[in-house]
Amino acid sequence: MINLRRLSFLALLLVLASDALAGVLPEDRSDVLYHLYDGGGVEIDGPSILVRKKAGKSLSFVGNYYVDMISSASIDVITTASPYTEERTQWSLGMDYLRGNTTMRINYVSSTESDYDASTISFSVSQDMFGDLTTLTLGYALGDDLVGRSDDPTFEANLDKQTYSIGLTQILTKNMISTVNFETITDEGFLNNPYRSVRYVDASSAVGYSFEPELYPNTRTSNALGIRARYFLPYRAAIEGEYRYFKDTWDIKGHTAALTYIHPWRDFTFTGKLRFHDQTGAHFYRDIFPGSEATNFRGRDKELSPLQSTTFQLKASYEFLSDDGNSWGFLKKGKVTASVSMLSIDYDDFSDLTAGAPLGQEPLYSLDADIFQVFFSFWY
Amino acid sequence: MMMSNRSTGRILPALLVLLGLSACGPIEPWVKPYERDKLADPIMALDTDAVSTSYMQHVYEAREGARGGEGAAGGGCGCN
Repeated sequence: MINLRRLSFLALLLVLASDALAGVLPEDRSDVLYHLYDGGGVEIDGPSILVRKKAGKSLSFVGNYYVDMISSASIDVITTASPYTEERTQWSLGMDYLRGNTTMRINYVSSTESDYDASTISFSVSQDMFGDLTTLTLGYALGDDLVGRSDDPTFEANLDKQTYSIGLTQILTKNMISTVNFETITDEGFLNNPYRSVRYVDASSAVGYSFEPELYPNTRTSNALGIRARYFLPYRAAIEGEYRYFKDTWDIKGHTAALTYIHPWRDFTFTGKLRFHDQTGAHFYRDIFPGSEATNFRGRDKELSPLQSTTFQLKASYEFLSDDGNSWGFLKKGKVTASVSMLSIDYDDFSDLTAGAPLGQEPLYSLDADIFQVFFSFWY
Repeated sequence: MMMSNRSTGRILPALLVLLGLSACGPIEPWVKPYERDKLADPIMALDTDAVSTSYMQHVYEAREGARGGEGAAGGGCGCN
């Protein structure tokens, strides 16, 4: 069934690619970014370097190198395990091929951790239509993950992921552009976290509960529909609204909405963004189970709990080199950007066990994190 | 027979809409190229900084139960 669906989707990609009529390749550009996440006992930082360069009139190549250096003493870790440090390295290579109004893309991503290897290959085709007012994009990605355990070299499990996406970008008026994206993701394989545990009532324990390994279903399929629209205000500034509806076979339903305001001033551009996310919990999620192995599937990952998250982001960019002919050697334009995001997550059904309160009276956990980004961008 | 009538009832309006659309001829761009100066302003770019956008998407994917539908893909796990 899946193979038939994959074949028909690839056939549709090829039909679209063959219907070529003049699109534009992405600009030659490099970005050097430093990121820092600090919150909930977790600190993650590292670089991300992205380089994009055209080769001739119809090809553009892109490469990205990204590192997460993780130091974790999160609530999950300190409840049932020991703090740890870890490094994740990711690199990707991609190519865009432009033929008439059609752009075909291929991209390969590889991510490595001491206990988790992931590789994804993705294809997409975009077609500009109706005097370039409309761009239709179809995409497919195939991921192959290998899950391990740092405390058990013999443990090895597979996870396969397939992503189908369709997107439509539409110029609506002289002042407004919008985009609609629909994405279906199917997972098959080992989906739980090998280190995390669930909590169950245990009268023989002094605290009234014990822990046992979590057990997730082996499959998950999710659908997400996202809509965005950006509007040029009567003065030189823009406002953007976005909304996403999410639903999966684990009974998680999510609503995500965001409002962004962009205001340029001289060589600066200031951006403010407010994002809100609300979700229900997975059907096999419990903060505490009534007994050991009480249900077929069980999980206590706080990401699967009903929750609300709010993010407020402020971003400022300064263009220190303008595209006005006064270039620095081969560089045409340069920009530096700094961004701070304040993330706050309230969990509706995940208790804070570190508080030491008696069973049934534990306070609910909440998380506050600061996310910093600084990056230099160069056009050539 | 009832099914046939119901099917005809659904198909006929659809055919009429298609015929109506085909009578309009090719769709003309309602925003002409010379009217797109504001849309070409960098502040109207939907994804100005891909390197930053994909990082934030990764942050959210690791901490929320929802994923996808945002038009650009993250990668890897990094969520243990």
